[in-house]
Amino acid sequence: MQLTYLIRRLAFLVFVVWSAITLLFFLPRLSPINPVRERFAELQRSTGWAPRDLERLVKVYEVKFGLNKPLHEQYLEYMGSLLRGDLGYSIMRYPRTVGDLIAQALPWTIGLLTVTTLLTFAIGTGIGALAAWPRSPQWVKGMVTPLVVLAAIPPYLLGLLLIYFVAFRAKLLPMGGAYTLGRFAEPELSMPFLLDVARHAILPALSLILSTVGFWALGMRGMGVTVQGEDYVTFAEHKGLDLSRIFYAYYVRNAILPQVTALALAFGSIVSSGILVEYLYGFPGLGSLLNAAILANDFFVIYGIGLITILAVAVSMMVVDLLYPLLDPRIRYTRA
Amino acid sequence: MELALDPHAPVTQPSQLTLVLRYLRRNPSLVVGVLLLLFLVGFGAIGSLLIDTSTRAYPLAAPPVQPPSAQYPLGTDRDGRDLLAVMVRGVLLTGAVGLMAGTVGIVVGTVVGFLAGYFGGWVDAVIRWLTEVLMTIPPLVLQVIVASTIVDKNKVTIFTMAGVASVLAWMGTARMVRAQVLSLRERAFVSMARLSGMGDLEIIFRELMPNMLPYLAASFVGAVMGAIGASFGLEALGLGPVREPTIGMTIRWAVYHSAIFNQWWWWVLWPVLALILIFASLALINRGLDELANPRVRRTE
Repeated sequence: MQLTYLIRRLAFLVFVVWSAITLLFFLPRLSPINPVRERFAELQRSTGWAPRDLERLVKVYEVKFGLNKPLHEQYLEYMGSLLRGDLGYSIMRYPRTVGDLIAQALPWTIGLLTVTTLLTFAIGTGIGALAAWPRSPQWVKGMVTPLVVLAAIPPYLLGLLLIYFVAFRAKLLPMGGAYTLGRFAEPELSMPFLLDVARHAILPALSLILSTVGFWALGMRGMGVTVQGEDYVTFAEHKGLDLSRIFYAYYVRNAILPQVTALALAFGSIVSSGILVEYLYGFPGLGSLLNAAILANDFFVIYGIGLITILAVAVSMMVVDLLYPLLDPRIRYTRA
Repeated sequence: MELALDPHAPVTQPSQLTLVLRYLRRNPSLVVGVLLLLFLVGFGAIGSLLIDTSTRAYPLAAPPVQPPSAQYPLGTDRDGRDLLAVMVRGVLLTGAVGLMAGTVGIVVGTVVGFLAGYFGGWVDAVIRWLTEVLMTIPPLVLQVIVASTIVDKNKVTIFTMAGVASVLAWMGTARMVRAQVLSLRERAFVSMARLSGMGDLEIIFRELMPNMLPYLAASFVGAVMGAIGASFGLEALGLGPVREPTIGMTIRWAVYHSAIFNQWWWWVLWPVLALILIFASLALINRGLDELANPRVRRTE
């Protein structure tokens, strides 16, 4: 039954997400580090300002953030507020809430990563399909190995090289940021602003694209090779069908299925896969927020980001499972 | 059964060495990867013999921000580390973190994978639930949370790094071993062994393990690569061992002090190249081992 399958899958999703959140809740609380005291110690180190009644101050803030209660009460309250969509207050920018900070950063991350993910998917799948196609020239077939090696290199490193050679030496593109700060006071919906953002996004996008294209190429080539040997492709060739028709309708169409599921999964990691690159380029997405939160020991922001990334991954995993029977008519979910 | 076309022709069996060399010619990824790795290990080993890295790779050993010169071939950084000594020590330290975490990963992963695949039942269910939960949390995010909340930032050592990196290093191996065991478990030779009175452990070590060696080798390289990548991510975000000149920390300091903007290009370029070489060599070896373990990939190249 499709419906029972759907319900079971949903229940498992809820269970996994709950487990992950519980893990995230208890992990930091096993440690002796007190986030509030750390925050003040940090302030003291960086400004030389020493509060006289440090312990009292810590207590006041502990009450404010609910850190003074027994663990199980904290846990219940935490889960309760999560259900209401409340992620709590940020320690580093106190009056602002975690939800507010994340909502501000998220559009930048989603914008950058959606574009790069779709581009890498198209480029990588194209290269992979051509690499497995017998009539392709040799240099196309040889492209996969270098791309796979490139895929092993963290995008952060490629980003550093791009900043140095393209932005700093050649001065072709800006070194960082999301838009020219002097020109625009704040983000606006206008053509010049969008063009400016695009110009700033080229290098971060390129670092991410270069380092993930190999993954898609390898996957598509692997599938392409198996489809190559299928009888229906041979039959289509013998019928004398147009080569481009065989390529698209018979070969790519059948080989692309696992790529599409991988794409759905990649959308799940969209909020987390660009973290380091965003931070490197000072791109105002979740990566920069996470870095700021780490520097300031702002644990609530760190958990908030963790939570968003977990939800995204879990939902995409489920979407993949549900999409499967739609994409591939050979798969039917019945009780196994 | 012997197959010979001409029964009178003398049968010359090529020596083992020729066979290996012939195979290596068909597997250039493995050769290039191993050569690169040997170069890196040689650089670290010979470098440590020639240079006193225990002082020169640490602050105040040299005048700050010197461009490459005869005395400091790779230049020095803002805190007065000699970058040649830093690279020598950094390659070894980074390699050590990877090896430690990779070893933990492969050992734990193999044990867990065998438990899940061989015994099945509730053991398998629990392990699958655990991996599913851990897979839901993006690796970098989980490691950031572990590293930023459990350990004191100023007391991080390379052992801490290896520990944090191995939190996830076992999963790939565990999944691979589980799948392999599931497919091998029902083969005739295993049933034969069981019928002839072998115990579980004996079957695991004498019948199943030898069949999985190439997979285990590939997944060990994968785990090492993952661990170096994970520790680099943490180092880039400032959660690394602040007192040790690992390659990742060197990059962290260079970025932190805006080395590119200040035109101290040598401070950025060498560590980036070193890390790229490390990742490239491991990726090539991994690809080569994959070809060895899974000959079906061969047809395509």
